[in-house]
Amino acid sequence: MTAPVLDVRDLWTRFKTPDGIVHAVNGVSFSLEPGQFVGVVGESGSGKSVTMMSLLQLIPMPPGYIENGEAIFDGQNLIEMDADDLRNVRGGRIGFIFQDPMTSLNPVITVGKQIVESLRRHTTMSKKEATARAEELIEIVGIPEPSVRMKNYPHELSGGMRQRVMIAIALACNPEVIIADEPTTALDVTVQAQIIDQFQKLREDFGTAVVWITHDLAVVAGLVDKVIVMYGGRIVEESPVNDLYARPLHPYTIGLLKSLPRLDQKGHELYSIDGQPPNMLKEPTGCSFAPRCEHAFDRCWGEIPEPVEVSVGHRVACHWDLEAGAPRD
Amino acid sequence: MTDTMPASAADGTGEAEVLVEVRGLARHFPIKKGIVKRTVGHVQAVDDVSFEIHRGETLGLVGESGSGKTTTGRVVLRLDDPTAGSIMYDGQDLAQMSQGQLRGLRPRMQTIFQDPHASLNPRMTVGSIIGEPLVEHTKMNKAQRQERIDELLLLVGMHPTHANRYPHEFSGGQRQRIGIARAIALNPEFIVCDEPIAALDVSIQAQVVNLLEELQDELGLTYLFISHDLSMVRHISDRVAVMYLGRIVELGPVDDLYERPLHPYTQALHSAVPVPDPVIESIRERVILEGDVPSPANPPSGCRFRTRCPLAEHRCEAEQPEWREAAPGHWVACHFAEAGQHQIGTGEPGD
Repeated sequence: MTAPVLDVRDLWTRFKTPDGIVHAVNGVSFSLEPGQFVGVVGESGSGKSVTMMSLLQLIPMPPGYIENGEAIFDGQNLIEMDADDLRNVRGGRIGFIFQDPMTSLNPVITVGKQIVESLRRHTTMSKKEATARAEELIEIVGIPEPSVRMKNYPHELSGGMRQRVMIAIALACNPEVIIADEPTTALDVTVQAQIIDQFQKLREDFGTAVVWITHDLAVVAGLVDKVIVMYGGRIVEESPVNDLYARPLHPYTIGLLKSLPRLDQKGHELYSIDGQPPNMLKEPTGCSFAPRCEHAFDRCWGEIPEPVEVSVGHRVACHWDLEAGAPRD
Repeated sequence: MTDTMPASAADGTGEAEVLVEVRGLARHFPIKKGIVKRTVGHVQAVDDVSFEIHRGETLGLVGESGSGKTTTGRVVLRLDDPTAGSIMYDGQDLAQMSQGQLRGLRPRMQTIFQDPHASLNPRMTVGSIIGEPLVEHTKMNKAQRQERIDELLLLVGMHPTHANRYPHEFSGGQRQRIGIARAIALNPEFIVCDEPIAALDVSIQAQVVNLLEELQDELGLTYLFISHDLSMVRHISDRVAVMYLGRIVELGPVDDLYERPLHPYTQALHSAVPVPDPVIESIRERVILEGDVPSPANPPSGCRFRTRCPLAEHRCEAEQPEWREAAPGHWVACHFAEAGQHQIGTGEPGD
């Protein structure tokens, strides 16, 4: 096994709010190998975005704070890195793509200049070299007429093209890792297909590792190598992609998969997970899914389940062994 | 759902009773410029759209952003005024009615909106939100209203004690249930559901869709279900209409349309929707459409899809494709729909 490019250990993130402390991330550990595509799947409030933002100190602090944890990137702990060093990593060796490109692009600067800025910040390129590289990047992400588009402002581009510009900026400095937070959620389905296609080309051409954060189990099915399922600020299941869909083991993962209608199948009654998402203001004392789980028994309320490896790379955090139909020992 | 429908409604042969019949519907928004606000053009949000909705069925209306599906829903209920066309509702033309005349019909037609945060008044209790239509349109006294509110809350899977609380105390899924309770308060027969689940988490979407289906069975409701989610539309609809840039390009019984799509746009849409199964995803062939949807202020001549269509020829530029019935109940507007059941991406005309 190769050394991971990013290794996150026991991350805990909290937010202090007037209503109390929000327990956003509760002990998350995972690793990302070079060139690996990982999908982080969860619903709103599951902690999937906060986990990634915490790593790069992108959460507002205060009210947010990291109680514990480390994120090792190239031998250094990102969480303890000082602001200047971290700025060199962010946007340089670790690229970012957010859900809404309109809010992450500067509306009064041309897109070309925004790419050039990023290049000049993180490399020693001259202005001329950076401009040439920016044009090349715009072409790489599949925008026609790069030299014309360079001079456009973000509002002059469509949503899909703006997201391509974000990809170009993220790619600008040949990053080792790209973190993409719901990059296609705001886009139409035909444009989503274009962007996914673009990412698949990136993998072939550059070997960049990608963390793809999404609420949609269908989007990552054809794209990633590994899936991490989050619920209530914890990882409840982690597995190689094929294994997860063929043999889901956490009741939440199973419920999610069954509640998805499928384009390729006829209508049948949709399975629905009863109840509501957990209240993150409460300190978790047991499994956060227990109130909605049909298998929950007394241990689930009092003891937080630890992840157990059931087959190579497939870990599940659940007290109930579904396949055996008995509590896990 | 499909198996509980009368056969005629489900297979779209038109024998079922028609509740809503839309003919040649258009809604153009003027583009104004300058100090005197001169009209310099029109955004053709909806243009020459015709369809019918049978009593008791769910007609799915799918399309991408800017396709005109929401505008269509609004105009059908006369929440917005059509530029042209007729909307026959149970024998009366809504397009010709004044708002005063429409008021008498309002209790029969309702709508459920996308965003349960924006569509509920934050200063009203849940009880008064659900009770408001009862005050407006019925002669019920307070006790009768209270009884009806309790009944409605139970019907949508909530508890009567919730009536005294405020919307912000509820999660998105519960708020959408409140919106549904308000919509069914007056025993409507027709409900336009405009992206009712788009703002909800996946595990909550299924709850709301199941509720909509149960209510349809119990109350005999007719739905126009507007959504960009093709998988959910397949699940809930009896028949489906596909919109592109203000026009309906294809309409047919749900299984027919999903298993044998005739319009290249429908085919491309289907191929773009990911399936939650990595094995299928790895072997499936995708059609990636080039470019973006053109501006509805200046739509392409002829067939509006031609700028992105892999089959497009000269004819598509010159001639608007005729809206015709290619198979029983299955309508399409494409010059090549009959040229064999070709699928785009397999090398038939235009490649």
